[in-house]
Amino acid sequence: MAFEGLADRLQSTIQKIKGKGKVTEQDVKEMTREVRLALLEADVNFKVVKDFVKKIKERAVGQEVMESLTPGQQVIKVVKEELTALMGGDESKIAVADRPPTVIMMVGLQGAGKTTTSGKLANLLRKKYNRKPLLVAADVYRPAAIDQLETLGKQLNMPVYSEGTEANPVDIANKAVKYAKQEHLDYVLIDTAGRLHVDNDLMDELIQIKNNVNPDEIFLVVDSMTGQDAVNVAESFNEQLDVTGVVLTKLDGDTRGGAALSIKAVTDKPIKFTGMGEKLDQLEVFHPERMASRILGMGDVLSLIEKAQENVDEKRAKELEEKMRSASFTFDDFLEQMDQVKNMGPLDELMDMIPGANKMKGLKNVDFDEKQIAHVEAIIQSMTAKERQDPSLMNASRKKRIAKGSGRSVSEVNRLLKQFDEMKKMMKQMTNMQQGKKGKKNKKMKGFNFPFM
Amino acid sequence: MSFLKKWKEKFTSKEKQEEVSGKYKEGLSKTRKSFSEKINDLVARYRKVDEEFFEDLEEILISADVGVSTVMELIEELEMEVKRRNIKDTSEVKQVISEKLVEIYQGDDDGDENISLNIQADELTVILFVGVNGVGKTTTIGKLAHQLKSEGKEVLLTAGDTFRAGAIEQLNEWGKRVGVDVIKHSEGSDPAAVIYDGIRAAKSRNVDVLLCDTAGRLQNKVNLMNELAKVKRVIEREIPNAPHEVLLVLDATTGQNALSQAKTFAQATDVSGIVLTKLDGTAKGGIVLAIRNELGIPVKLVGLGEKVTDLEPFDAHAFVYGLFADILEEE
Repeated sequence: MAFEGLADRLQSTIQKIKGKGKVTEQDVKEMTREVRLALLEADVNFKVVKDFVKKIKERAVGQEVMESLTPGQQVIKVVKEELTALMGGDESKIAVADRPPTVIMMVGLQGAGKTTTSGKLANLLRKKYNRKPLLVAADVYRPAAIDQLETLGKQLNMPVYSEGTEANPVDIANKAVKYAKQEHLDYVLIDTAGRLHVDNDLMDELIQIKNNVNPDEIFLVVDSMTGQDAVNVAESFNEQLDVTGVVLTKLDGDTRGGAALSIKAVTDKPIKFTGMGEKLDQLEVFHPERMASRILGMGDVLSLIEKAQENVDEKRAKELEEKMRSASFTFDDFLEQMDQVKNMGPLDELMDMIPGANKMKGLKNVDFDEKQIAHVEAIIQSMTAKERQDPSLMNASRKKRIAKGSGRSVSEVNRLLKQFDEMKKMMKQMTNMQQGKKGKKNKKMKGFNFPFM
Repeated sequence: MSFLKKWKEKFTSKEKQEEVSGKYKEGLSKTRKSFSEKINDLVARYRKVDEEFFEDLEEILISADVGVSTVMELIEELEMEVKRRNIKDTSEVKQVISEKLVEIYQGDDDGDENISLNIQADELTVILFVGVNGVGKTTTIGKLAHQLKSEGKEVLLTAGDTFRAGAIEQLNEWGKRVGVDVIKHSEGSDPAAVIYDGIRAAKSRNVDVLLCDTAGRLQNKVNLMNELAKVKRVIEREIPNAPHEVLLVLDATTGQNALSQAKTFAQATDVSGIVLTKLDGTAKGGIVLAIRNELGIPVKLVGLGEKVTDLEPFDAHAFVYGLFADILEEE
């Protein structure tokens, strides 16, 4: 990745401090400079960074950090705490109007992802809250924007209100709300056209829509890759429309997403949801703490754990663990384990969540090719039940047969067998270590590869 | 002083350039104003060139999305230059700042790099558009189709975005507006197949330029990037030397991630140029500096507004002139 996380940045400074018995003010200054650079690299607005670093400095110069035995860790902790605090609590609630329908306006720059987010939000409202939303196509400017929303409506099997491109967006919004009342639809999601925050005419149009339909929520949709300009955009939209919340899109990319912090700092409006993919169910609740880790480049362990919990059957996991311990781990178990990992989502996404994974040797430039996994699966599935239980049965003619059956080469079969063997050995070692026998400190870990890498 | 004068003359002597830079000035007026205002501000505030001064300058550049590492390099060079020339007065530093920035924009080759589109004289030219979601690929294709058509070229569009809802309709609408045909399949079909059909159609209809749209994709999605590489391979197979241009469309409001985008897309598709869109907002476009500095991919086109005519060839001179116009005019 192009960016270094805060932890990496602090490394060199910490190295210098290590030999010293005491941390000086100069050391703290150096560390806060690294904090500043890390945040700037993550696209946090420089003004926001400035205020933030000042706060960190105050806490750091105080006893908290300087008297700590691990000043570097302490700085990271302080930074993360402050970041999380700044980003506020989990607030993914959506307003409910006293008298339905509840009206939600989606606003933002061009290409931020308003239309897609409208579709996702409608989907979420129906799925999670059991509501009946109406999608309203009020983007009459961009070619085929209405088609896009209508297609989404079809995919979701949800009503879409549109009057074509000749109608006035304010009228469309008005009539849509009336239509929703008639049809007893309880949420109205108005997808407005993307516009620049400095385009006064178009901003006026939004204000008119707002004054006409009195929305319960106005969501500002922001691309998470936005740079320093995020502040200007958010400030301007908020000043003119008084938005009620922010949706951060395209967070499934590799952006650090410092814009989130900037927006929160200048508008003080909660970030409610995040767009995590192109599918219509990929709208997730915003978690401030995870965002803080991400901005600092520290991985997203919580999301990983959650994903694992969602997808891994605990009982089976326990069984597997037992098998690993007793070294009776077979190819069948391996296949099952792979299945469980696969259920959690694309491997490269999982790896991104592991802190420091991109720094690990060998992992750095690995393209996680899902095909490789398929190959491994094919090889295992071409083994007989006996072979799977007892790989020692393997001989040349068996290997040949397996290679033929799976469509892979004999050398690939060999490689898998060897790696499987190594894996078993390592498992044994690891479990030994866990049991308190002070084994040789995981020398074997080095150079160990999963068979599908 | 003479450097800037010479440079200014280079512009003002040519009338056509004047016109272009006028448009840039208009599109970039917000950018330019705030940027150079800040530099002027800074110069006025500090009388001495000290550490604090450089720290502030650093911030100004960072706020323009120039990118931390580029800024650090620049500041370092500036500090050396200031020492070397023994500059103590901030007003003198101003000149050094603009010199250095220009240097980064233009590189060492005096800005004579060829940034015009590689359009073949008498055979089919294929241009492939790539980029992340929502940067303006389809809009740019519409604008470019209009431009090429008004130059008398026969243009054909291919709707290679078979994924996003309404993407095919969007390109189709542009085709109607501009008056060019669009080759399309249904949603969800194989993009490489659509592009293949587009090439076939372009060949049989004797078209001059084929513009290929693709679905927006985030650069960290390995499968989608592989799909893109496949699309490019299909084009290569059908026409030797094609695609003649692979244009990466970048949103000017994008921050540091634009570098990662440029790197990854270049790996997958050999990006030959960049289209910088949405430069008519308050986004500073400093990312151009970082990309040219770190990746050496030239910016070829710039989107300066929503009108069909608001696509300009990137003119480094005019661009820098737009950014620093009022500093220059003071000299």
